[in-house]
Amino acid sequence: MKMVTAVIKPFKLDDVREALSTIGVQGITVSEVKGFGRQKGHTELYRGAEYVVDFLPKTKVEVAVSDELLDQTIEAISGAAQTGNIGDGKIFVTSLEQSIRIRTGETGVEAL
Amino acid sequence: MEVTAELSYALNTFYFLVCGALVMWMAAGFAMLEAGLVRGKNTTEILTKNVVLFAVACTMYMVVGYDIMYGGGLFLDGLAGDGVTGAEEPAGYAPSADFFFQVVFVATAMSIVSGAVAERMKLFAFLIFAVVMTAFIYPMEGSWTWGGNDVFGLYNLGELGFLDFAGSGIVHMAGAAAGVAGVLTIGARKGKYSADGRVNAIPGANLPLATLGTFILWMGWFGFNGGSVLATATVGDANAVAVVFLNTNAAAAGGCIAALLVARLMFGKSDLTMALNGCLAGLVAITAGPDTPTPLQATLFGALGGALVVMSIVTLDKLKFDDPVGAISVHGVVGLLGLILVPFTNDGATMSGQIIGALTIFVWVFVVSMIVFKVVDMFIMKVRVSEEEEFEGSDLAECGMEAYPEFSSTR
Repeated sequence: MKMVTAVIKPFKLDDVREALSTIGVQGITVSEVKGFGRQKGHTELYRGAEYVVDFLPKTKVEVAVSDELLDQTIEAISGAAQTGNIGDGKIFVTSLEQSIRIRTGETGVEAL
Repeated sequence: MEVTAELSYALNTFYFLVCGALVMWMAAGFAMLEAGLVRGKNTTEILTKNVVLFAVACTMYMVVGYDIMYGGGLFLDGLAGDGVTGAEEPAGYAPSADFFFQVVFVATAMSIVSGAVAERMKLFAFLIFAVVMTAFIYPMEGSWTWGGNDVFGLYNLGELGFLDFAGSGIVHMAGAAAGVAGVLTIGARKGKYSADGRVNAIPGANLPLATLGTFILWMGWFGFNGGSVLATATVGDANAVAVVFLNTNAAAAGGCIAALLVARLMFGKSDLTMALNGCLAGLVAITAGPDTPTPLQATLFGALGGALVVMSIVTLDKLKFDDPVGAISVHGVVGLLGLILVPFTNDGATMSGQIIGALTIFVWVFVVSMIVFKVVDMFIMKVRVSEEEEFEGSDLAECGMEAYPEFSSTR
């Protein structure tokens, strides 16, 4: 099992969700986050004076998938979230030791 | 159409009172504008200043201010039913209506100061200044202009050809002059300028409130300028009132459009706060003479004000002159423009008269305000809040309550 964590542009969330359900992902967790990457935020103007926005709003999507579904999941997310512009985000993959469905007590891939 | 003297007295008085109530409502406009353009942590305090300064202005002008400006005795005890005791001509409207109309102008001048010194002046230091401003500083320059008295017996502004219809200079520039003294006394907000001299933006907390405030001011201005015709009960007066309403509105529109376009060209973005300041700049620009320009001229005068205000705000910012709401640019710089524009459409005014009048008002208000702020700072209380209080916000430090307790803010 793998945990796929993607940080994406907030307006791409619907597309990503759609793409993931198409390939059969059963559930995702979404949170609103802030951060910066290589661009280190950006500057805005207010009454002619600049101010720096250090942390940009992003959306974090977490998906737990079976090993077989991993490549498809990554493809789905990158395909749906890509605009080609800076700030498209990143995908991180970590291995997942265990998963448990609380209601039934099922474990492993069964619980995903 | 025949109008009896009694009916015209009643009509004029009624008109005057309604206009006065409209100008009173401008206090709400200033309060909302300033509450919108400061940070959330300084909102309660600026609202407190706005409501209390209005009350202080009403009280001090009643106690002594009106007497200095127009006569009528301490505590208005010389105001008789049909005029000021001993006056040669009977009044065309109720004298108490005149007081009511005049007093809301004092409060307007004082409201301008609170915007310029926002977010860093102590509440009670500000209120002490408000007492002196509304009891003495404003009534003195008012007596030289609308009151018709000589300036310290030296010269008479009216005779020099000074004309300020509703107060571009007498009210707006005077308020700004006091604001300049306040800003020079307390300095810039912490964080406004970096150590290397860079100007940092400190965005306002609530632009919907700032927009509402601007609309309220725009509406109140019809009373401010329209009421300054001082009569409406004849065809001639009614026509004059209508022209003033039309031109006041046209100038605000011109100012708004010009400010937005200039801001867009200068910054590449459509800065709402500049458009709002532009509306007000248009209004200030036309206030010295809304009765004589054509509608097109009024729109252009407003547009000049709107364009000027954006450049003035940016320039003052660069000169390390921190004015959170742009009050000194809107009311001071554009107030001066308003005075200078009058002779172009009104033969009754002379350019030299306008400039001498503007200098007289500015120097008087600025110098006396500076003295008052310094005296308060040295002998009564520090005018500026401490660094720690400024960081945590004057809402908690001065009022002990937050404006938006449900939200936490880091800026």
